[in-house]
Amino acid sequence: MENKGPQIISRRTLLRRAGAAGAAAAAGAAGVPAGAEAPPAVAATAPPAGPVPGSVQAPRPDPPRAAYEQLTAEEADLLEAIADELIPSDDLGPGAVAAGAVVYIDRALGGALSESRNAYRAGLSAFDRYCRASRGAPFRELPHVDRVSALIDVETGAATGARTGFAGSSAGFFNMVRSHVLQGTFGDPHYGGNRGFVGWDLIGYPGVRTAVPPRLQTQLEAGELPANRRSAYESEYFDKAVVRAAHEETRHGD
Amino acid sequence: MATRLPGTDVVIVGLGAAGGVAALPLAEAGLDVIGLEAGGRLTRRDFAPDEIRNNVRAWPFSVQKCANEVPTLRRTRSDTAAQSGGHPMMNAVGGTTLHYWAQSWRLNPWDFEVVSATTRRYGRSRLPAGSTVEDWPFGYAELEPWYDRVEHEIGVSGQAGNLNGERGGRGNPFEGPRARDYPMPALRWTGFLEGMADSARSLGWRPFPGPAAINSRAYQGRSGCLYHGFCNRGGCHVDAKNSPAVTTIPRAEATGRLKVVTHAHVRRIETDNRGRVTGVTYLQDREEFFQPARFVLTASYTYENVRLMLLSKSRAWPLGLSNNHSQVGRHYLSHHQGAGVTALFPYDLHAWYGLPAQGVAVDDWADDNFDHGGLDFIGGGNLWVYSDRRPISAAGMSTFGRAPAWGSAWKAFVRENADRTNSAYIQKTTLPYESNYLDLDPVVTDPVGDPVIRVTAEYQRNELAIAEFLQDRMEQWYRAAGAVEVQRGGLGGQMGVSTHAYGGTRMGDDPETNVVDRYGLSHEVPNLGILGASVMGTSGARNPTLTVQALAWRTADHLVNNWRSIVE
Repeated sequence: MENKGPQIISRRTLLRRAGAAGAAAAAGAAGVPAGAEAPPAVAATAPPAGPVPGSVQAPRPDPPRAAYEQLTAEEADLLEAIADELIPSDDLGPGAVAAGAVVYIDRALGGALSESRNAYRAGLSAFDRYCRASRGAPFRELPHVDRVSALIDVETGAATGARTGFAGSSAGFFNMVRSHVLQGTFGDPHYGGNRGFVGWDLIGYPGVRTAVPPRLQTQLEAGELPANRRSAYESEYFDKAVVRAAHEETRHGD
Repeated sequence: MATRLPGTDVVIVGLGAAGGVAALPLAEAGLDVIGLEAGGRLTRRDFAPDEIRNNVRAWPFSVQKCANEVPTLRRTRSDTAAQSGGHPMMNAVGGTTLHYWAQSWRLNPWDFEVVSATTRRYGRSRLPAGSTVEDWPFGYAELEPWYDRVEHEIGVSGQAGNLNGERGGRGNPFEGPRARDYPMPALRWTGFLEGMADSARSLGWRPFPGPAAINSRAYQGRSGCLYHGFCNRGGCHVDAKNSPAVTTIPRAEATGRLKVVTHAHVRRIETDNRGRVTGVTYLQDREEFFQPARFVLTASYTYENVRLMLLSKSRAWPLGLSNNHSQVGRHYLSHHQGAGVTALFPYDLHAWYGLPAQGVAVDDWADDNFDHGGLDFIGGGNLWVYSDRRPISAAGMSTFGRAPAWGSAWKAFVRENADRTNSAYIQKTTLPYESNYLDLDPVVTDPVGDPVIRVTAEYQRNELAIAEFLQDRMEQWYRAAGAVEVQRGGLGGQMGVSTHAYGGTRMGDDPETNVVDRYGLSHEVPNLGILGASVMGTSGARNPTLTVQALAWRTADHLVNNWRSIVE
């Protein structure tokens, strides 16, 4: 076989790369029902295995600071500060940092998003340079209003300029970070983000299910369907092999 | 030096939507068939409900042979072509039907006779300038028995609208007459889809549920659809999506006549001094094999069908196989299905557990179903509203200018609106033009050194006029259902690399303008046939796969019925 293109990553490698967060998510699936080999169609007729936490779940303790594998401490500090502005923790609930979005990015930079590693290195460095040059201090030391205005400059491409900011368009960096922060906040917890399902709770996603018979759709439309808070991989039915992103932004409608 | 393998009756290049279907009638007739497939086999355990893997990281496309041979693109022949993005199709036993949306439409009768019907009703001057469109070599009625056959053999759910000329009920009143009803009822609707249907009726339109190669109930021993919401770019975890991988291919293998060879990268179709096909050469694990065959059916995707013809040059075929009339690559088109419309509603749509094939269609503005007398275009579009949503893409929704794209105000916006948006892409009549074509890129090659396909194509005035007209209708429909914001995409320009790519080896009676005859057999090479949308000369306003499969079955039947005269 030709191996010039992206490669299949084995489950073992994936788990090794996923580190603490991924292992914890996988460990959550320890209580796999004996019938895990059966198709989910069968399982679907029975009540979901395990507790089905609803919105009245007990608050979870703040997780300890993650051990980053790819990002340096300085990079992680800055990326967390950016993520905290993109999706802040506020009275509507936890934000991107609490969701582990930066952990998601860190893990992915060692695997599926490894091609973006240099873009993060260069982009975070350029952003730091830009904040110091244009606002007189590192991003994390700026008052909130200046953080927002600095990020708007990056978003709109105004922070572009080799000496004081981004060599390429700063908007490209912003869009990359924003899309990865969304993935880390609203994606399956298997990848290290969306801790405690805070992303899914925020937008009211009723959760991964393998079957939605008419009764459940009717409950959903009546506002009576409990949220199912499980990773897709809590069922051993599914193969965990993942593939490297060759063309992340491919779009098609068919 | 290639290892020469024992000969066979038929080699099929590609076991996807087309080849995977044609294999069954050939094998059942007792022909020995070898199916060469560039991908491997996947099972339902591979299809996790995982948005990051399926949609964000596009796993169906990322490990494939086709990812190494993405076509280059340019608008006109004076531009320089470049690769952009990935290949839209995947390699596997079953091909892209493993994860496609599975909408399984018949073309409208008008699509088979665009030239004569337009001339009859409006005059020949209404055919768009520069178009190379022709009538198909036969009409809808000729293909009907194979549409019927495929609908029942692989399993298509839907609602009949024209049963032997009798119209009525919830089906599409504009469809051509069908001999039998669908073997399964249509997929269910959600409350939102019911509401959209009511709104369409309030406008005087005739909404109906679309057809899908997805089981709406248990069929042929496989499960009905479980509506879990990961159908879009996901294979089915219970085999309710009726890919040939779970329907015709296993049945063909069970006859003992079909041998499937996976990870076979076909590079050339070989010919003898007289120009007859002798077999194909392929790579597997870097080793080269020659597979002799009495007949070769190419059934890869449009780009790869054309590419294989153009790469298979020989003394007998100096311009490429079956290309002595320089028609290979001509009459190309990417279906115009952009220029979408997105709406924001003031109520939740409950779309989390839907699938793209579960929807409500309106054909009142498709094909020639309305009077074009006062309009400046021909054809039209199919309006399609479906139920499909996953959390990352939902959070990435447009804020319609009502909130910034991040921060606390954004958070409040998506919290309220993540389940309140709907997007319609609109499939439009797209015609072939003189200036739109495929050829081999002069620079870019795949890793083994074969040139990739170059697409030179852009939408023309007729397509852009349809796009604008249909966006008006779509906005009208969304507003009637209570939409508070509506956004429109651009009308379109360059034709991209598409999942709906047609032409390049067009079917027709005239060998001067077509590569294959009315049965899908080469006009020039006696023992070569071509399957796939590359033989289709018009797109219609709906998905191509069912038509591709009906044509494939028809070609296979023709081959079986005339086997001795064709190969001897």
